[in-house]
Amino acid sequence: MNFHPFVLPFLIGFVLFFVITACKFTLWIRHLTVPQKKTIRDNIISRKTFISVWEAIREGLIHRNIYKKNPLLGFMHTSLALGWFLLIIVGKIESSVYFGKTLEAPWETIFFRFFAHGIHSYPGAKFFAFSMDFLLMVILLGVLLALTKRLHSNVFGMKKTTQQAPLDRIALTTLWFVFPLRLLAESSTSALYSGGSFLTASVGKLLTGVVTPEVSLGFWWGYSIAIGFFLSTLPFSRYMHIPTEILYIFLKNWGVTSQETITGFTQIQVNSCSRCGICIDVCQLNTAAKINNVQSVYLIRDYRYQQLKESVADQCLLCGRCVEACPVNLELTLIRKQVREKNAPSHNIPIDCTLQIHKSNAEIIYFAGCMTHLTPSIISAMKKIFSSAKVSYHFLDEQKGICCGKPLIQQGLLSESRKLRDFNTQLIHNTNAKTLVVSCPICYKSFTEEYSLNVEVLHHSEYIERLLHNGRLRIKKSSLKMVYHDPCELSRKNSRKEEPRNVLQQIAKLIPTSVEKNNSICCGGSLASTGLPPEKRKQITNHAIQKLTENKPDFLITSCPLCKKTFHQAKLIEVLDIAEISAMHLHEEITPISRTWEGSKQLAHLFSGKKLPETFQK
Amino acid sequence: MEKIIYTDIAVIGAGPTGIVAAYNLARLGYKVSLFEKEESLGGNILKTYKLFPNFQSSNELLQLFGEMIVVNNLSLQTGVTVTNIRKDNNHWISTTNKGETIVSKAVLMATGFKPFDAHYKEEYGYGIYNGVITSLEFEKMLKCGEIYGSNGITPEKIAILNCVGSRDAKVGNNYCSRVCCINAVKFGIEIKEILPKAEVYCFYMDLRMTGQFYEELYRKSQQEYGVNYIRGKISEASQTADNRIQLKAEDTLLRLPIKMTVDLLILMIGIEASESTKELSAQTGIMGEYGFAKSHSLLKADNHTIHPGLFIAGTCKRPFTYPETVADARAAVVEIQHYLENKT
Repeated sequence: MNFHPFVLPFLIGFVLFFVITACKFTLWIRHLTVPQKKTIRDNIISRKTFISVWEAIREGLIHRNIYKKNPLLGFMHTSLALGWFLLIIVGKIESSVYFGKTLEAPWETIFFRFFAHGIHSYPGAKFFAFSMDFLLMVILLGVLLALTKRLHSNVFGMKKTTQQAPLDRIALTTLWFVFPLRLLAESSTSALYSGGSFLTASVGKLLTGVVTPEVSLGFWWGYSIAIGFFLSTLPFSRYMHIPTEILYIFLKNWGVTSQETITGFTQIQVNSCSRCGICIDVCQLNTAAKINNVQSVYLIRDYRYQQLKESVADQCLLCGRCVEACPVNLELTLIRKQVREKNAPSHNIPIDCTLQIHKSNAEIIYFAGCMTHLTPSIISAMKKIFSSAKVSYHFLDEQKGICCGKPLIQQGLLSESRKLRDFNTQLIHNTNAKTLVVSCPICYKSFTEEYSLNVEVLHHSEYIERLLHNGRLRIKKSSLKMVYHDPCELSRKNSRKEEPRNVLQQIAKLIPTSVEKNNSICCGGSLASTGLPPEKRKQITNHAIQKLTENKPDFLITSCPLCKKTFHQAKLIEVLDIAEISAMHLHEEITPISRTWEGSKQLAHLFSGKKLPETFQK
Repeated sequence: MEKIIYTDIAVIGAGPTGIVAAYNLARLGYKVSLFEKEESLGGNILKTYKLFPNFQSSNELLQLFGEMIVVNNLSLQTGVTVTNIRKDNNHWISTTNKGETIVSKAVLMATGFKPFDAHYKEEYGYGIYNGVITSLEFEKMLKCGEIYGSNGITPEKIAILNCVGSRDAKVGNNYCSRVCCINAVKFGIEIKEILPKAEVYCFYMDLRMTGQFYEELYRKSQQEYGVNYIRGKISEASQTADNRIQLKAEDTLLRLPIKMTVDLLILMIGIEASESTKELSAQTGIMGEYGFAKSHSLLKADNHTIHPGLFIAGTCKRPFTYPETVADARAAVVEIQHYLENKT
């Protein structure tokens, strides 16, 4: 067996890396919940495992998702990951062929050119030498791109790149040194003993006469130290994402899902973040309000290093744009909610759950929600739509509503929110209704995701679409120009993007915007943020309105009472809910809503049969 | 054909500030042109019935204004909007929507305020339910001598809500409007005088009884008239089946949630910069916070702007009560006189 003391740093790093990573993996898997472990056992022997292998290659090596978002960034990652991976594989085959055995020592593979220098005549020697040089060149190109990204992130079209923690900087620096040192080591050997291919031989020629065997050995020592250092810091740095992401891909494909609280699965996700920084550029806190130190990448980094501050955890609006953008498909908003739970002080919120429960024979039950009670014109509009379509309904929270519990979850108050959930579930089930129509997307998301209800839950935009489709509701088309704002809670995971648009197309001219559907933005009014100052919220709102109204619409339509209220109070454009605009375009003759006091006064006089005083008749 | 008017001072806005300033400048012997965009003069005073704290009739003031504008050297044009002001060498050129050009040595902006649009606080149901009205609409009711509730009949229970559009970051107005607290106290007394049997509840965050007689009036309203005060804002209003208004609020002193059904809800709407204030101060680059015009120095030159010859007075700067705005108008007169004397 070939051996030289210079391989020791590499060997130590190599062993440390395997031992620490194995320990960490074991710990995380032990911290999975019982159902999560059962899911793994049930699915480990299935087609899903093969799918995971393919996905691991696709994402871990080729980084297809990063390519889709940013081709140059994708190339940088591919050249480093796939290049290095192939370098190891091809190197392994080469050393196996050369030494004529299948299991040689790892240092014999890694430092092959040191132990087997000179010109060789084993089968395919030239081909191997060329391939290894080519791969090294690709990796060096990747390193060059990585350096450029660090210094000028705008070359990559990235406005902001991630600010790294000190340990990451060390790991990053050693990683940058690994390949230039390998080039120098192999080239110097080539200079002394010839061999190599187009890259190492050419650099070797330049070095001929300059390098002595001592200098060459120095380069090999340097290369070994750099790689050993990198491997031993890897489990503590962001590069832990390389092995962890593969584990995450397998668990995800086997069907492991997150819980409300932190589990081993959260830890695995936290360690799978490569800190690419794609989430910073899509975040409105950055683009509209110039806050660039609280994004998901920083939440995860600070949480991992146990340095998380509330100012980082609590400003986020939980709009979910970063979740859509994340190339590793991490459940970023969910992780944030879990982390907030850990931070949330124990509250004792008195919750009054003493509502009377009614049975109802109505066709549907209607739940307006707290936010809709603050925008009563949406409720009026819905009542009008119900009466026009002759829908019998039971208004569940007409007199006194109970919160769906979502705002509490967003603050991390899980036990309180569970109380509300249990109560509401009982309330809804006791009505014996089949369909529940909800006006608030926050409640809608809560009912569809957090609850397990045995009724059909529809957002009112879906329900209006259904009524129009069934011909129960008839509306007139006007020539107004409108844009539609997708509320976050309705457009991301729930994906109710087409239903409201189908309704609006029947009412008026719907014009597209640059921030719709998958690229939709937050209105700035989200209840999820407790740490964002009002002036920053205002910046986000104004920026959103500016984006939405680029094509000069007459109206801004949305389907969320909170978005409506937030946009309305910015006083920049006329904002209406989809229910309101639908109610205004109903086919039959209806008495106009009295929008002014004068109007309501006249109506009042009609009621009482009194004559108007003369002063008002003008 | 274009008409050019040469004058010493152009005063924009014939509310209390503009009238008092124009009258005093004219009496000093200057030629003054006063412009009002509405058909009648008086500004926001026109929308009131009696003024706090001594229940003086606003008609008396309007009468007084009528007498003031007939002074020599003063020419008043109503129904004319000044759309543009700019400086040209030593002169100020103002243009109106009627195509006139006014060349003057100085300009006084007295463009005043506009009341907050209560539609922006949709949770109170203004414009959606009957029986939710603004403070100015209630002044109108008082003027007519009849108070109606949501069903068009005499109300039994009335709620007054302070700080609608004031001290509210959500609608972008973080400031106090200064006049609503005491006006709400005045309303309580006025209601009780007309309808002694009605229950009156006034919801507030803080009651700022800053002026002379205010605190005493507040005490009287409670002890002699039986007006109830509840510390806490109303969170939402909704309509009941019998067409009344149901309020949800919190009594923050008792720390209890309240539900109350009333026949009339009066929203004490705040003061915002008027459209003319915003437009003219934007044109001249003197727009300050919340769209109000900004003076050169709050403590040293509060009627001056960064432009010599352009002066500001009254509620175009910030919320003022009536006596304050008139005092500010007189102060502006002195500053303008100094400016014109030093110039010639």
